[in-house]
Amino acid sequence: MHLSIGQEAVSVGVCEALEPRDVVFGTYRGHALYLARGGDLRQMAAELYGKAAGCTKGKGGSMHLIAPECGVMGTSAVVGTTIANAVGYAYAFRYRRSDAVVASFFGDGATEEGVFAESLNFAALKKLPLLFVCENNGYAIHTPQSRRQATPAICERARAHGMPAERVDGNDLPRLIDRARDAVRRVRAGEGPSFLEVTTYRWREHVGPNSDFHLGYRDEQEVEPWVAADPLRRLAEKIDPATRERLEEDVEAEIADAFAFAEASPFPDAAELTTDVFKEEHHAAVR
Amino acid sequence: MPRSAETLTTEECRLPAPRRKRQAERVLSYVDAVREATDQEMARDDAVVVFGLDVDDPKAIQGTTRGLAEKYGPERVFGTPLSEDAMTGAAVGMALAGLRPVHVHIRMDFLMLAMNQLVNVAAKTRSMYGGKANVPLVVRSMIGKSWGQGAQHSQGLHSFFMHVPGLKVVAPATPYDAKGCLAAAIRDDDPVMYVEHRLLHFQKGPVPEESYTVEPGKARVTAPGEDITLVGLSYMQVECLRAARYLEEIGVKAEVIDPIWLSPLDIDTIADSVERTGRLVVVDTAWLSCGASAEIVAQVAERLQGVRDLRLKRLGFAPTTCPTTPALEELFYPNARTVAAAARDLVEGGATGWLPEERPDLRSLQFKGPF
Repeated sequence: MHLSIGQEAVSVGVCEALEPRDVVFGTYRGHALYLARGGDLRQMAAELYGKAAGCTKGKGGSMHLIAPECGVMGTSAVVGTTIANAVGYAYAFRYRRSDAVVASFFGDGATEEGVFAESLNFAALKKLPLLFVCENNGYAIHTPQSRRQATPAICERARAHGMPAERVDGNDLPRLIDRARDAVRRVRAGEGPSFLEVTTYRWREHVGPNSDFHLGYRDEQEVEPWVAADPLRRLAEKIDPATRERLEEDVEAEIADAFAFAEASPFPDAAELTTDVFKEEHHAAVR
Repeated sequence: MPRSAETLTTEECRLPAPRRKRQAERVLSYVDAVREATDQEMARDDAVVVFGLDVDDPKAIQGTTRGLAEKYGPERVFGTPLSEDAMTGAAVGMALAGLRPVHVHIRMDFLMLAMNQLVNVAAKTRSMYGGKANVPLVVRSMIGKSWGQGAQHSQGLHSFFMHVPGLKVVAPATPYDAKGCLAAAIRDDDPVMYVEHRLLHFQKGPVPEESYTVEPGKARVTAPGEDITLVGLSYMQVECLRAARYLEEIGVKAEVIDPIWLSPLDIDTIADSVERTGRLVVVDTAWLSCGASAEIVAQVAERLQGVRDLRLKRLGFAPTTCPTTPALEELFYPNARTVAAAARDLVEGGATGWLPEERPDLRSLQFKGPF
């Protein structure tokens, strides 16, 4: 699985600026986004275990978390893909005269995909209620941004499509919340899409729970300032010790409960293999 | 029996639009049938939106979207930037949000720019989200033929989509089915690839005025016969019906079947026919390798092997890129005469060398261009 460890504040900060009626789309590194929107932890844990109680019945797995009840409408393993889906959802909100907005989360790698430019153009053309959030962790798998992009100016590329864009330190949670609120206010007011580039860092390997400094594409010193600036720790330091202790105990208990639930849950029945292909089950039986 | 030397229309080929009453049947072109289905669905459900390159321009996609922008406004009918990838993704997003988008491509070839969204997202959404999301999306696309359409304006790529679970594929051949299948596709809660052939756009046939659907998964026997089964996909349905006329001249009675829906595919109707005739020719407006014709023949063979002796044949594009020069383009496609010749060889169990003389009344329609 693709862990969000180190990048959680991006999802938390932006989602703090959203309302329950708003919708988000994300990426295969989407655990933090799912949880930041209030996605059920038990269902997420069960999904990671491939259990029937998972948020997609064990069919989507870690990379395809969804929680429509919390406005998490999709996450994709193909980089850049959900940007365009977010655009369409925003079109529907506007068409239905809703004042809800869509936040589209993607990585720095996604900005190199053609769909990124196409999506920004259409969103700006139609002044859609959309907040683009580029979660820039500096790497696409193991390749740094400097080896993939002629200039690092992601915000300039967004501005070229006709929308305000701003670069924010993803480890400065209060600042991020403030900037996200400002952007969401503009978007909700009908001023068209806005763009945030939020700098962050992936502490662990691209896929899996371990560190990967032995691969040689980055050295251990590179992560140190990011760990030192860990927004979670910085936030915790602002809370009085007794409250912090109680919160941490509650969270640990919630996690323990979720994983115990996942381990104890049954796998899906064999019959589930061919369900959910089409709405009408008989169509799935076509050979 | 020889007929007058006018161009044979699909209607005259007796494609049986299920006859309701014998009262004066209204005749519409395929183009108008598509337009009417879209209009009626937009009128009954404000979730239906129509977009794509040039849907609101003066040519209105051959006329299939004519008048819709004026009637329903620019939020529901709009031309798009040249961004097939993102606009397909946007269509999926709209569908996730409860709209019923109809995304129009004047060339099927252009769908190659949209494959990620179609195959990785639209087809997968219901499954990979455990049934928590619908993608009620219709993607209309057109196969070109004649007048030098060439390499990138002529491809029939429907089998790409038949390969992928989660997509439905329909290729109506008549105005009746064009209207009914489009209504069914728009009302369907799953993504439907709606395949049109440019030559069919000019065909006329009976089309009831009221709204109706031609539901997924049901083929139609368009001409009864007992000697051989001809399955014609999309425009090749017309050529198969003409081939049946040529075969009549030599006393071969062909049963002609239009699968209409390619996914889900009604293999029962086709296999039942082949079980009687023992011979099957599948004619596709596409290449043979890994194509719809291969799928149909394989399913029939799997079902009927050991049940009765079978003779099987596929016809489709020559295994090359479609050339523009008429001298070669003509050879690239099967036509009624080559279908009839292949059918006769199958019936007789070997090469007869027979190719019927071209009958003026059964001459292929010529697209009058420009394209």
